[in-house]
Order: sequence, then C-alpha cells, then structure tokens
Amino acid sequence: MTDSPHPQGKRRRGALATPAPATPLNPRRRGIIVGASDGLGAALARRLAREGYTLALLARRKEKLEALRDEINRHSGEPRVRVYVHDVTEYKKVPELLRKIVADLGGLDLVVFVTGVNYPPGGIDKYNFENDRKMVEVNLIGAMAWLTPIAEMFHSAKAGQIVGISSVAGDRGRVGNPGNNTSKAGLTTYLEALRNRLTRHGVNVLTVKPGFMKTEMLKAALGSTPFAIEPEKAADDIIKALKKRKQVIYTAPIWRWIMLAIQHTPSFIFRKLSF
Amino acid sequence: MSLPLNNFTQLENFGHSLRAPSYCFRPARNEDIHEAFQLAKKLGLTVTARGAGRSYNDASLNGGGIALDMSCMNRILEWDPASGLVRCEPGVTLEQLWQCVEPAGWWPPVVSGTMKTTLGGCLAANIHGKNNFQKGPIGEHVSEFTAILPTGALITCTPQQNADLFYALISGLGMLGIFTSITLQMKRIYSGLIAVDARPVSNLHSHLRNLLEDAPHYDYIVGWLDTTAGGQSLGRGQIHAARNLKEGEDPEPQKTMQLAYQHLPDRLFGVMPKSLLHYFMNPFMNNVGVWCINTAKYVTSLRKHTFRQSHAEFHFLLDYVPDWERSFGRGGLIQYQSFLPKETAEDTWREMIRLSHRTGLPSYLGVTKRHRPDKFLLTHALDGFSLAMDFKVTSHTRAQLSRLLQEFDRMVLNGGGRFYFAKNSETSAGSARAFLGEETIVKFKKLKKRCDPDNLLESDLYKRVFE
Repeated sequence: MTDSPHPQGKRRRGALATPAPATPLNPRRRGIIVGASDGLGAALARRLAREGYTLALLARRKEKLEALRDEINRHSGEPRVRVYVHDVTEYKKVPELLRKIVADLGGLDLVVFVTGVNYPPGGIDKYNFENDRKMVEVNLIGAMAWLTPIAEMFHSAKAGQIVGISSVAGDRGRVGNPGNNTSKAGLTTYLEALRNRLTRHGVNVLTVKPGFMKTEMLKAALGSTPFAIEPEKAADDIIKALKKRKQVIYTAPIWRWIMLAIQHTPSFIFRKLSF
Repeated sequence: MSLPLNNFTQLENFGHSLRAPSYCFRPARNEDIHEAFQLAKKLGLTVTARGAGRSYNDASLNGGGIALDMSCMNRILEWDPASGLVRCEPGVTLEQLWQCVEPAGWWPPVVSGTMKTTLGGCLAANIHGKNNFQKGPIGEHVSEFTAILPTGALITCTPQQNADLFYALISGLGMLGIFTSITLQMKRIYSGLIAVDARPVSNLHSHLRNLLEDAPHYDYIVGWLDTTAGGQSLGRGQIHAARNLKEGEDPEPQKTMQLAYQHLPDRLFGVMPKSLLHYFMNPFMNNVGVWCINTAKYVTSLRKHTFRQSHAEFHFLLDYVPDWERSFGRGGLIQYQSFLPKETAEDTWREMIRLSHRTGLPSYLGVTKRHRPDKFLLTHALDGFSLAMDFKVTSHTRAQLSRLLQEFDRMVLNGGGRFYFAKNSETSAGSARAFLGEETIVKFKKLKKRCDPDNLLESDLYKRVFE
C-alpha cells in the first residue's frame, strides 16, 4: 500500500499528485466558485483543486472557463472540475442552476462568490448612474441571488462554508467611487448578517476584503496601487482562513491596519481628503 | 412545481461516518411516490428510498438528489394470527412487526441485529439473520409484494408471478422500484424464550469448525470474534448457538410471550439510563481500551453454559445499548462484512486480521455467522461463513482505512468470497463485477432499463458499484 497524503492534509504545491480514488471514506469535498474565469477566482480554483476539492466553476466567458477546466483536470489526473456558463445578473436562473450543480457534484460543502466589477466614474467630479447600477447589480444583488438560496440550503443541512469576496472599498465611503463603495459595503453587511444567522446552524461565513490585486480590475484603478499582491497570494490567504473557519480577513493582511486607521479618521478630516 | 430548498437535509449512514445532503420528502401514499418520480424527472434529479437509515454504508444516501423517507408508510395492513401471514407497508419496522405478531405465538422468520430496520430496507438489502444457514434471507419468506416503478406502473410479484422481478427487486437495493406493500410469512413459536448454549473457542480454526459442525443442530448460530487478539489466539471468541423451544418445553408460554416479558430494560441495574451508556463507553473506544474490553470479555466467556433468554434479548443485541454507535466518537464507524466459502475462510480471515493489526487499525468488534446460498439476483450469500468487523473512523485514519478495506476486498475476492451491499463502503465497481459476475450485472442492468428507463432511482451506493 502506498502512503499518499490525506485529501484534506498538506500536499506539495504544484506536485502532480496521483490521488487515491474517491470512495465514501475518502470523499472529495465539493465547491462552487462563482466568477472563476480569471484573477482571484481562477487562482482559487487551482488552489482548491489541489486541496482535493471537486469544483463547479461559473463565469460568463466560456473559452476561459474551459481552458481553466482542462488545465486543472490535466494537472490533477482526474475530472475534478465542471464548468457552467452563467451571468450573475440573470437572477431568475440561479435556483435551477444551483440545483443542477448540487446534483452534479453530489452535494455541496463550499461556495465562493468572487464575481465583482469596478467601473470608476472617471474622476472625483464625475457622476455616472449607469456604472453605479451595474456595480450594485453584479457585486451586491448578484451575490444575494446566489448566496440566499445557498444559505437556505446550508441552514437546513446544518453544514457548509460560504466565502464572499468583498473589498476594502466597502469600509468607508470615499470621494473616488461611490457606487463601488456602496456595493461592497452592502455585500460586507449582507455577509455579516448571513454569518449572524448561520453560525448557530454550523455554517461558517467568511468575508474577504482584498486590497489591490494584480488582476484585470487593477487596470481600472486610478492613481497609485500600494501593496498590490498576486491573486495566488490572496488565494493562499483565503484557504488558510477557510481551514481556520475565520470570519473576516484582509488580504494582504496589512490592510487591516490601514483600514483601521481610515475607518477611525474623523469625518471633518476625511471629507477634505481626495482619495 | 419547484423543489423547496428548505428540506435539504444532511443524511448519514448508521455509523455516522458518511454524509450526503438530499432533498427529503416523506411520502404517505403511493401517489406521493409517483409524484416524486415525476418531479425528479422534470428537474433532472435522482431518487432514493430511505427506510430507517440503518445501513452501514451509502445504500440510503443520495447526495444532491431526492431522498424519500418511507417512515410515514408504516401501517400493518393485514394480520392473520391463524395463518401467520402479515401484509405491511414498507416503512413498518421489525419492532412494530414482532410486537404485533409475538403475543399470538409468531415471530418474524428472519431479523437483523437491530429491530429499527424497516421491511422495505430489509427486502432491498435482502437481510440475513443468525439463522441464515437454516432459513435463508428474508426474501425467501416473502409470499407477495407490490411495488411502484419509476414509470408509474404498479406491479405485484410473487415467486411465481413476475418471478424475474421478484428475485431482482428483493436484493435490488431499491434501484428497480419502491416497495408499497409486503406480505410475509411468520414463523410459529411455542415460547417467548430461546435456549442458548454459549461456549468459548480458542482460535480461528476451532471457531469456524464449531460454527460448521454445530449449525445443523440449532436454529440460530452466531460467533463473537475477538478481532484484537493475535498470534496463537487469533480468532478466539465465543459461540452462541440457540434453538427455539418446542411445544411443552416452556411451562408458561402465555406469560413469556407477553410483550412485557420481551421488554429490553432501559436502565442499567435499574438506575442508570442506558441512553447515557455510550458516553461512558467512548473513552474505551481506542486500540488499547478495546483490547482490554475484548480480552476481559473473552476471559469471562470461558465458562461453557446454557441459559434461556427472551427473543428480543437474543435477536436485537444492537438495541441493547441505545445509540451505541455514538460511542465510536465523532468520526463514527464503518462495518466491513465478507462472505467466504468454508474452504478459504480460515486462511483469508487470518491474513486480514493480521493485516489490520500491522496497519494499526484493528477492528473493534467481530461477528461470525454461518450461511447458505440463495437464488436472489444480487445475492451475497454462499455456502460458508461471514465475518463482520466494525472499524472506528477518525478524520486522520479515513484514507488509511479506505486503503485497508480495499486491500481486504482483494483478499476476499482471491478467496472466492462475496460482499453484502448494506455494509462495506469501499467496494468498487470492479470488485462488485468480480464477485457478482458479468452475467448477473448484465441481467440486473437489463431489468433496470425495463423498470427505470430514465435512471431515476439512484443511490450513492448504486453510482459507486454499478456505474
């Protein structure tokens, strides 16, 4: 008998591990990642697959998803990823798709909502309702459309983990991008409310607040982007927090202290600042 | 019609070691089952019937699909104390059944080690008892059943009418149809007591020789095997051989057949509620503690003796300590049962027990029985013995245990053995094919296609061993 590691145990990074076949005693954990085509979502998908998860990946862009699926399945040596093309603003389609995914996976242990868009108005004197609306529709209502039925499922199953990717942007309303601040503040509050509802039923809700990340979204940011990290680094932080069943994390961790200072800056100073 | 998400329930196996979430429904009538099939077809989901959830493996689990909890369909429809024929709904438990028939001088012909199982589940797994070598599995005592197929058809089967379906639905793991009524022939008894001979056996060879040679002289035979003992004592244990009392042997049959007389006490020494007992057992449920318990049990069983006990006490040992499976801790337990021919049993089990010791994963409880073949399609029985072993599951031994049990599968197949689908969680499609034979699988799949063309009935067990 060979001595291969436990699926939930440590596995060497990047190693082409030939996993023990899934059996009832040696099950694969099952996860959904909404918004998995690139950036943080894709990094999380690669990382979770290495942790031994079978995954359902959702995004709008079919080609990117399929390329990612093929890459992960080739790496893990077994079909570990299924893909579903989906736009989170098609709220009505969510329950049926969710049911299908749960049946395909044979259950559900983890849901990560990554999808997010950022359309800055283009200056601190510009206003754009259409952009603001899109951000709220995707970042907030899209998350609610998915996490509400999932919360209901996990609530009655008395198990499960939910991860919502919010942002440091939700910690304070700032001059640069009111729509984004609002969508992320709403998401943070929504996740907190879910956490308060579900912890007593054995469900863990993790709010992730990334600072700057070197993804496509970074290109939209105005001005300097301090402490920008690779999405792989953020994915590592999230996996660690998942295992410890944490509630809120900042990534990179330094943002916890930066945002602490920003949150406690008195308004008479804060409203005179231009960031 | 949409499926509510708020009945999404985490279901477990009996040993609390396997979990799968399903949408739970509790049908009360045949039409409800039909409706569930239609809903499943529309939504692209699968359906599994679940009785009492007493299987040690994933037989009643269906992750992400629909689970039909049959416990509402639990009426005893007809009972004729003159002929001993009883017609029940599938959710009737053995407990309900024996309590109904016993005062009139009857007893179910075949029972499991717990009375909590439902008849539907018993037939789907085609359970055996300690009298398998005499009476065969429960299916041999079914005179008729009706079932609803996923196509919506209601069928009636007897050993003569629809015989192919009769022998396939019984033992069919609920994958061809769902039982809606079951007619069973009870067995006459002349006393509420049973005469038991207990004798020790000092090693595996004498253990199996005793089972083989004593079986013809008794109605029931079962052995306890100390799975923690190695070396010369490997396979030591105690044989309980029992026979029903004949007419006249019990001076007061009317008294002993009263339900009150069959009652399993719910308190220990009249004081401590037995429902708390598993908390006190838990600290001993480790390799050292269990070795001590097994050794102490063997020493106390060295006295050869004969005694009488009630039917309920003799048959339902698993109910003696309520929730005993909880004593295995949070990870739960899994049971591994192998059936081996007389000729190869001794060598195979010796190797298996030695391997479990070398791996550091000894079984905590071993039970042996004597068997004979039967003619049901997915039968587990053969002319030989079975050994059931309980293994503790913890989060860090799962992978290792899984590999051990797969190695066991290979050893059992080498010995020409078979497996029982209500136990053994790691048996793969390859192993199932190896012991059932290609022909049986083809026959079963053909019937499956006929009864369930849309593959609506699927359990995690079915996906594991037939897909």
